[in-house]
Amino acid sequence: MSGSLTPSQTVGPFFGVGLPFEKGEEIAQPGSAATIRVEGQVLDGNGDPVPDALLEIWQPDDRGRYGTVADGQATGFGRCRTDTEGAFSFITVKPGATPAPDGRAQAPHLNVTVFARGLLRHLVTRMYFPDEPEANATDPVLILVDPSRRATLMAKNCGGVLHFDIRLQGERETVFFAI
Amino acid sequence: MSDREDEREPPYLYPDYVGTRLRAPAKPLVHLPDGFHDFPAPLFPRAIAELDHDLTRQHAAEPIGERIIVTGRVLDSDGRPVRNTIVEIWQANAAGRYLDQDDQHPAPLDPNFSGGGRCLTDDEGRYRFITIKPGAYPWKNHRNAWRPAHIHFSLFGTEFRSRLVTQMYFPGDPLMPRDPILQSIPDQAGRERLVSQFDPQATIPEWALAYQWDIVLRGPAATPFEDKA
Repeated sequence: MSGSLTPSQTVGPFFGVGLPFEKGEEIAQPGSAATIRVEGQVLDGNGDPVPDALLEIWQPDDRGRYGTVADGQATGFGRCRTDTEGAFSFITVKPGATPAPDGRAQAPHLNVTVFARGLLRHLVTRMYFPDEPEANATDPVLILVDPSRRATLMAKNCGGVLHFDIRLQGERETVFFAI
Repeated sequence: MSDREDEREPPYLYPDYVGTRLRAPAKPLVHLPDGFHDFPAPLFPRAIAELDHDLTRQHAAEPIGERIIVTGRVLDSDGRPVRNTIVEIWQANAAGRYLDQDDQHPAPLDPNFSGGGRCLTDDEGRYRFITIKPGAYPWKNHRNAWRPAHIHFSLFGTEFRSRLVTQMYFPGDPLMPRDPILQSIPDQAGRERLVSQFDPQATIPEWALAYQWDIVLRGPAATPFEDKA
């Protein structure tokens, strides 16, 4: 059966005419007290910015439910292309905890997907929240990750903005998950 | 993803495609136990407009080029139609130029062609676009490197692990065997999955040629109880 699957190809450098959409980075409407801002940079194996990446976030709502529609529009899905500095940003709400397949609680996290020229397949990672030390310590996914690499999945709180860099390759390479 | 499925996909590092060298992860991906990626696919937060599937009617006049219909079905790995899922495409114009400030290929832009489209699949999983055949273009990967004519596709399917971004090629294109992006797919059968077929049935006489291309997405993960209703 798997022989018939359609293989992946790179998004290439010219997806701008097809994929970004207006306010794609606003997963929640900005301005309300509950919104958070996530910022970061995508970097290559030399540590240079990746100016032609597309990031997608797919997350549950604040009660841990996927696919609820709020504001008549927000669905928990967002899209942002990186700028010339490799930088991206999203406005969203902190998701609630979701159960793992075996019923254990997963710490709140964002599912982050990376597309770029030079990526023949997309990459999937997770952004965890620094204000959840107890939930993070028992998260069934984080505990599968080599302790020396867990920090790559943890956002940093920089003056109220959550900072999350994605390193595609190299010494502090972000942990990516097979899907 | 099972190891067998994995072998059908291109590797992250494929040195002939120079862009992979500094962007492919060097460390192994972390495998999660079954089920951790079994949540529904993203819901696209924008509506599709009636003419979003017709790339020849987005401007005052028609674009230059060979008018084509591109159609096919989106199926899951059990062969069932994926209904009501968004299909997004983008492509170069007939001269091989993208409407993108970073595209420096000295071929003409077409004021009547932007090159992006969207549609939803119907109850049979069918999508249909009207567009013009894209041109080949050089891309500097190696000396005199030209991309075969292609249309980029982006699909969501029913669950998170169904997500697919890929490219559709045209039958008989002599550039395909020389293209490291297509050749990164390890087996011939996999590469052929990305080549559309000329479809005389879908042509519109005296108006447009047509190409047919079916897309098979991963998932559902396991279906032991299907049809139990």
